[in-house]
Amino acid sequence: MKSMINKFGLPRIIIAGFFLLLVMGAAYFDMNMPQLMGDVLRRWGMFGILALAMVPAVQCGIGLNFGISMGIVGGLLGGIIVIQLNIAQNPALVAIHPLFAGWAAILTAILIGVVLAVGIGYLYGLLLNKVKGSEMTVTTYVGFSVIAFMNMVWMLLPFDNGELIWPNAGKGMRNTISLASSFSEVMSKTGEFSIGDFSVPTGMLLFFFFMCFLMWLFMRSRTGLAMSAAGANPMFAKAAGINVDKMRLVGTVLSTVLAAVGILVYAQGYGFMQLYNGPMMMGFTSVAAVLIGGATPKRALIVHVLVGTFLFQGIMTLGLPVVNQILPEGNLSEVMRMIISNGIIIYALTQTKGGDGRE
Amino acid sequence: MSTSENYVLKMDNIVKEYSGNRVLKGVNLYIRPGEIHALMGENGAGKSTLMNILFGMPVIHNTGGFEGTVQVNGQEANIDTPLKAMELGIGMVHQEFMLIPGFTVTENIKVGRETTTSNLVSRIFGKSMETLDKKSMRKDAKTALKTIGLQIEDYVKVAGLPVGYMQFIEIARELDKTGIKILVFDEPTAVLTESEADRLLDAMRVIAAQGIAIVFITHRLDEVMAVADSMTVLRDGEFVARKEIKDTSAVEIAELMIGRKVEKLVDESTEPDTRQISEDNIAVSLRNYKVDMPGEQVRGIDLDIRRGEIFGIGGLAGQGKLGIPNGIQGLYKAEGEVKINGEPLDLEKLGDALNHKVAFVSEDRRGVGLLLEESIEENIIFSAMYTNGKFLKKIGWMHLYDGAAGKAHAEDMVKTLDIRCTGIRQAAGRLSGGNQQKVCLARALTLEPDVLFVSEPTRGIDIGAKKLVLEYLAKLNREQGVTVIIVSSELTELRSISDRIAIVSDGKLACILKPDASDADFGLAMSGAWKGGQES
Ligand SMILES: Nc1ncnc2c1ncn2[C@@H]1O[C@H](COP(=O)(O)OP(=O)(O)OP(=O)(O)O)[C@@H](O)[C@H]1O
Ligand SMILES: [Mg+2]
Repeated sequence: MKSMINKFGLPRIIIAGFFLLLVMGAAYFDMNMPQLMGDVLRRWGMFGILALAMVPAVQCGIGLNFGISMGIVGGLLGGIIVIQLNIAQNPALVAIHPLFAGWAAILTAILIGVVLAVGIGYLYGLLLNKVKGSEMTVTTYVGFSVIAFMNMVWMLLPFDNGELIWPNAGKGMRNTISLASSFSEVMSKTGEFSIGDFSVPTGMLLFFFFMCFLMWLFMRSRTGLAMSAAGANPMFAKAAGINVDKMRLVGTVLSTVLAAVGILVYAQGYGFMQLYNGPMMMGFTSVAAVLIGGATPKRALIVHVLVGTFLFQGIMTLGLPVVNQILPEGNLSEVMRMIISNGIIIYALTQTKGGDGRE
Repeated sequence: MSTSENYVLKMDNIVKEYSGNRVLKGVNLYIRPGEIHALMGENGAGKSTLMNILFGMPVIHNTGGFEGTVQVNGQEANIDTPLKAMELGIGMVHQEFMLIPGFTVTENIKVGRETTTSNLVSRIFGKSMETLDKKSMRKDAKTALKTIGLQIEDYVKVAGLPVGYMQFIEIARELDKTGIKILVFDEPTAVLTESEADRLLDAMRVIAAQGIAIVFITHRLDEVMAVADSMTVLRDGEFVARKEIKDTSAVEIAELMIGRKVEKLVDESTEPDTRQISEDNIAVSLRNYKVDMPGEQVRGIDLDIRRGEIFGIGGLAGQGKLGIPNGIQGLYKAEGEVKINGEPLDLEKLGDALNHKVAFVSEDRRGVGLLLEESIEENIIFSAMYTNGKFLKKIGWMHLYDGAAGKAHAEDMVKTLDIRCTGIRQAAGRLSGGNQQKVCLARALTLEPDVLFVSEPTRGIDIGAKKLVLEYLAKLNREQGVTVIIVSSELTELRSISDRIAIVSDGKLACILKPDASDADFGLAMSGAWKGGQES
C-alpha cells in the first residue's frame, strides 16, 4: 500500500479520488454519463498536445513553459492563412471527399504553423538563454506580452476572407473564427464511433497518441537524451561535451512547435479559432495538467502528460455540471471554474519537490 | 575518558526501510560525552542513513520514518526536523555538502545564526528587523576557519570552490555553533590530504576535550586508530559490534566490516610487467598550461606523461592538482599547449578531449559526475552513447537508444565494480556515497578511453571497494594499455599503484617522484619547499 502511494504520489491519488467523487456525483444527480465521458475523451484529445509541449521545455532545462502562447500564435496564423486560401473549399479536393479537403486544410495549417513556430521558438530560445535562472518569470511575462502584441497585429493584418474579418466591413479580424467551412472537427470525426451517447473521437486521439509516440522516440534519441542531460545537470552535460545552450534551444523550439500543432488540434475539436485574448490562459492549463500528472519543474515525462491531461480535463468537464447541481445560483459556476483550475495549479506547484533524490 | 555508563546518546534498535528495502536492521549506537566514536562499515552499510535519522533529515521522514528509540542525555527525543536536532545540541557535517553556493563563506558559516544588534526599527517591530552585525559575524567566521586552519578570505562566494574547501567550510560552520553536545562528521576526510586530515583530527581532539561527543565516519582505518576512543561497526544494515579502540586493531576492524580477512591494497601482480613505457612516447604533454579554476588555479605547468604508465598527481587542497584534469575536460577555462598522443587539443572546443579519447572522472560526483534523478543505467551509458555513438540502434533514419544493449552493459558494470543497488533502474542519487562513485567510474570506463583521468577515484569508498577500484585501474592499464592519470589527496593510494608521482604546489609542478621516494621527500615537495619540477 505504502509503496503504491509512493509510486503514484499522494497528490495524484487525491486528485484521482476527487475525479471519482465527481463521477459519483454526476451519477447521483442522474446526469447523462455516457455523454459526459465522451466529453472527457474529447477534451483529453483537444488539450493533450498543448500539455505535451511542456515535456521538451522542462527536460531541456527552461522549466515550465508558460510562454507557449508564442507557438500558439504561430499555429493560429497557419490556420488563418489556410482559411484565407480557402483550401477546404477547393473543388478538386472536395470532390475526393469533404473530409479529405478538411485534412488537407488542417495539415497545411499545421505545416505553416510549424515553420513559423520554428522561427519564433528559435528567437524565444535565444532570449531564454540570456535569462538563465529566472525562466519561469520570463516565460510567464513573454506569454502575456505576445498576446498583447498580437492584439494589435490581429487588427492590422491584411486578410480579407469573409470568414476572418468582422462582418460589417470593419477593420481587423474577428474574435472568434468559425471553422465550419474549413477544418472543424476533421480529426474528431475521422473514425468516430458512438455507443449510445458515448462517442469516441478516434482520429483526434490517434493523432494525439501519434505525437506522444514521436516525442517518445525523440526522447530516446541521442539528441533527446543529451537534451535531458543538459536540463538535469548542465555541468554533467558540459563534461560530456554537450553544448548546453544549443540543447536548450532545441527544447524551446520543440515546445513552441508542439504548441502550434496543439492549438490547431484544439481549434478543430472546438470548431472555432479564438484570437485576441483567447489563448491567454492556455499556458496555465497546460502547466496545471502536467503538474497534476506528476511532472515537476525539472522533470516531465509523457505519462505525466497522458495522466495529467485526462485528470485535469476530467475534473473540468464533470466539475461544472456537478457544482451547478449543488449550487444552482447561476453565476457561481464560472467562479468555481476559476477556483478549481487556479487552485490545482497552486496545489501542484506546492507539491513539486526539488531535484535532489537524497535531499 | 570516563567509563561510567552515562551516555549522551543512545540509539536503540533502529530499523529503517526505503520503499520495502531494509537498510537498517535493528542498530544500536551508544556514545559517552567527550568521546570520539568511530562509525564504521562498508559502502551502503547504513552509516549516513543512521546519522540522517539522528539529525531528523527530511529524507527519512518523507520515506516513512523509522522504528526504534533515540535518547539524548537520558531523555527520549523525537527528532523529526534538523531544527529539533540542533535545539538538542546535535551538529552534523554532511557527507554531501549542504552549503548555499551564492553565499559567501561567512554567510554560509553563520546562516540561521546571524549576530544582530538592535536598531530603531527592530525595537518597534521585533528581533527579525535587527541589523546584521557583519563585523562580529566575520570575526566568528574567521575564528572558526582558523581553528581548522583553512586559509581563505571569508568574503569569497562558495559557488565553484573546490570540494576540499567546501568540506572545511562545512566543518567551520559546525564548530561555530554554541551549545553543541554531539557532533557528527560524515566522511570529513574523504577529500583531504593526510596533512589536512591530521589538522582536522587535531581539531576533533580539541573539541572532544571540551566534553562534546563526536561521531566520526571514515573509511581510513589509520585515522580511527589515531583519534577514536571507541567504535561501532555496521555491516549491511546490521549491528556487528561496539568496541573500545584500545581493545582492538586495524586488522580486526577491517575483518568486522567486511566479514572476512583483508589483504593488501593492491596485490603484487605475479605476472611480469610487460609494458613498454618510453620517454619518447608521450600520451599527454602540457606546455605552459594554465587553468582558471577558482580555488584550484593552475599557473603554468610543463609536464609529459608517458604512454601506458600510471601517473599520479598529488598535492595539498587548493594547490591546483584538481585544476589539471578539469581544464583538459573543458569545465574551466584553460590555456597553453596540450597534446594528446602528439595531436594538439583545442581547449576552446567543447568535448574535444572526449574526441581524443580522453575520459575524466570528476571529484565532484554530485555536481558534475551524475544525473541524480536518472537511473544507474543511463548514468553509465551516457557518455559512450553521446560521444562514441554506442548503445544506439538505427531505425530508419533515426538513431535510438538500444535499451537491451544498455541494460546488459550496465548490469555487467554493476557486477564488475560491485555496485550495491536494488537494480540498474535505481536512481543514481539514491545510492550510498561510495556506490555513486563507482557509477561515475563505470561511465568513464564505458568510454573505452585511451587516456583516463580519475580525480579522487576512491573518495568515500570503503577499503574493500578501494582495492577493487585500484586493481581495476591497474588491470585496465596492464591489459588494455590505457594511460591512467590519478589525481588524489591520498598519497598512500598514489604510491600503491603509480609509476611516477607529480606533486603540484601553488599551481606549479614541484617535482616528480618515484613511488618509493622517502616520506620526507614527499613531505617537502607538498609543503612547497621544492620548485621547478625536476625529476628525481
Ligand atoms: N534516499 C534513498 N532512497 C532509497 N534508498 C536509499 C536512499 N538513501 C540511501 N539508500 C540506500 O540505503 C543504503 C544505506 O545507504 P547509506 O547512505 O546509509 O550508506 P553509507 O553507509 O553511508 O555508505 P557510504 O560509505 O557509501 O557513504 C544503501 O543501500 C542505499 O542504496
Ligand atoms: Mg555515507
